[in-house]
Amino acid sequence: MKVTAPLSDIRIRKPETISAPAAVTPANTQGEANKVAGEFRQPVSPEVSEVRRFLIGRGNSAIADRAFGGVMLACAASIFGIVLLIAVELVKQSQLSWHKFGLPFFYKFNVDPDTKVPLFWDPVNGSFFALPFIYGTLITSLVALLIAVPLAIGVAIFLTEMCPRFLRGPLSFFTELLAAIPSVVYGLWAFFVLVPLLRLHINPILMQIFNNPATVKLFGWTGLVGEDGLFGGVNLGLGLLAAGVILSIMILPIIASLTREVMTAVPHSQREAVLALGATRWEMIRVAVLRNARIGIVGSIILGLGRALGETMAVAMVIGNTAQISRSLLSTGHSMASVIANEFSEATSDLHRSALIEIGLALFVVTILVNGLARLLVWAVTRGTPARVA
Amino acid sequence: MRSNKMHDRMRTVADGAATGLAVLATILVVAPLIAVFVYLIYKGASSLNVDFFTKIPKPVGESGGGMANSIVGSAVLLSIASVLGIPLGIGGGIYLAEFGRGTRLANAIRFTADVLNGVPSIVMGIAAYSLVVVPMKHFSAFAGGVALAIMMVPTVTRTTEEMLLMVPNSIREAALGLGVPNWRSVLSITLKTASPGVITGCMLAFARVAGETAPLLFTALGNQFWSVNMNREIAALPLQIYIYALSPYDDQHRLAWAGALVLIVLIVLAVSLVRYVASRGILKGAS
Repeated sequence: MKVTAPLSDIRIRKPETISAPAAVTPANTQGEANKVAGEFRQPVSPEVSEVRRFLIGRGNSAIADRAFGGVMLACAASIFGIVLLIAVELVKQSQLSWHKFGLPFFYKFNVDPDTKVPLFWDPVNGSFFALPFIYGTLITSLVALLIAVPLAIGVAIFLTEMCPRFLRGPLSFFTELLAAIPSVVYGLWAFFVLVPLLRLHINPILMQIFNNPATVKLFGWTGLVGEDGLFGGVNLGLGLLAAGVILSIMILPIIASLTREVMTAVPHSQREAVLALGATRWEMIRVAVLRNARIGIVGSIILGLGRALGETMAVAMVIGNTAQISRSLLSTGHSMASVIANEFSEATSDLHRSALIEIGLALFVVTILVNGLARLLVWAVTRGTPARVA
Repeated sequence: MRSNKMHDRMRTVADGAATGLAVLATILVVAPLIAVFVYLIYKGASSLNVDFFTKIPKPVGESGGGMANSIVGSAVLLSIASVLGIPLGIGGGIYLAEFGRGTRLANAIRFTADVLNGVPSIVMGIAAYSLVVVPMKHFSAFAGGVALAIMMVPTVTRTTEEMLLMVPNSIREAALGLGVPNWRSVLSITLKTASPGVITGCMLAFARVAGETAPLLFTALGNQFWSVNMNREIAALPLQIYIYALSPYDDQHRLAWAGALVLIVLIVLAVSLVRYVASRGILKGAS
């Protein structure tokens, strides 16, 4: 059973197409559309109407109108200005580090000639390489996505397809609330509750599983088990795993609510068609909902990734703040955002500060790319539905 | 025939399993989140007292003291941010909804606003640092306000646009038909009709930046003493929570929890208000 629907089908019909006669006045159209569709949370005014264009053209205040429009345009264009200003300032301030280290800043490191220990971040000798921070950011975000994505999709499926009506309101309110809790509060909770929990209860179990001789014998060749593996080393509670877990809790509501939005945008006719063919509910969800919404779901996951990459405070509080690269998730580390938060205000030299700003610039560019991509994907699926601030 | 039956049973089992997994996922998600809330309320409420709102921090080692200066500092920072950010945001929203509707420029601006929304707050902090702190040569409340304002603009723009789009066209046409100039109709008809929504949108942006710590770390810097001077370092609630959380003293941990509770109450109020206004339909009286 295969239902192939072109993406263009997954749009909610615009209000105009729902209410029949085009001659009705716009206000009427909206009212009707609201009544008919029922699902619309808000009416959307269609394009500027003929009547309005005519009336504006007839007005005798062309200068005032144009001036007002210009001022509003300036306000709107200030958003471009802000992005540009940020970019210019970051580039300007990171020149020092860029000239000194160049591109190898992001992938090279020095090795101590005596001890053979890699040196990444050495404010004393003025040598800075960003590799451990990039590693920390990637690993924590990856852990966060691995935990959050299946759960978020499960929640979204539950909310759109299975949830009893009376639960839907409170649950979505709850998720909205969670997205609004400040990072520092999550960090506080993670530092005092999650970290002890991991250290005392969860990490020992993981270490038991991954480090016992039988597993090592079976999977030793992967390099992921044993003392040098994913859960080797000292169990501090703080570290990459703790950061990943708190990140997953923070990005869950974002991914879940966007995924839900995308799933709601799949027309009911698709679901009904699949059910009419005798599919069970799960088959209906798989074939009609997930397959049609997949691009939007990927978009929401990428949006969550963007959030995870740039998350600062909660990570800085639990990651342990050490510039090192270690395979173990239990080891302490540093992420790009957390190193800036930790060292910026007490940077020892201009070069140090400039190197931190260069990391910030990299973060800026990456999050812009990631968010832009995600927005395009989500927009491709939900366009036609009312605009919403995510 | 038999294999068909098996197949059907497998399908039913798969269906049940999927349902179970979805329910389990929901429980797994809701549980830790409720844990965060309950723990926060429990810890915060037991540490809140009058001193918290009226006293400034005691020197390290002495018990007692409060976060009055941080609360006032946050208020100062947020006022600066609102004064700078909200007019820009509302103006941008008006342009998107009233003037640039459907144009390519408006779409580009909308897209940029969404993308800017996702830029990490720490980057905003660096931007404000190099824009304000470097030329002024010292940390200041003003720099912190600028960083927060930058974060408010895209959110306010998008909510304002959304709210203005909810105003029925007939109202605009009625105003224009009576000979009201377009700018006047936008300001005193459209914007006024949508004002409850616009205001709550601003509150939402306000609540969001109220909890921001990262951009303040090296702009406002924090302060142990009373200060409302825009030119000096200033304390802020989220900053102080961060500093206290990582301190080794129990007393300061308690203050951190109390501060977090105060922040959350502020945010919950704002979010509930937004939802209330949105669900009530801001335009009931108008349309």
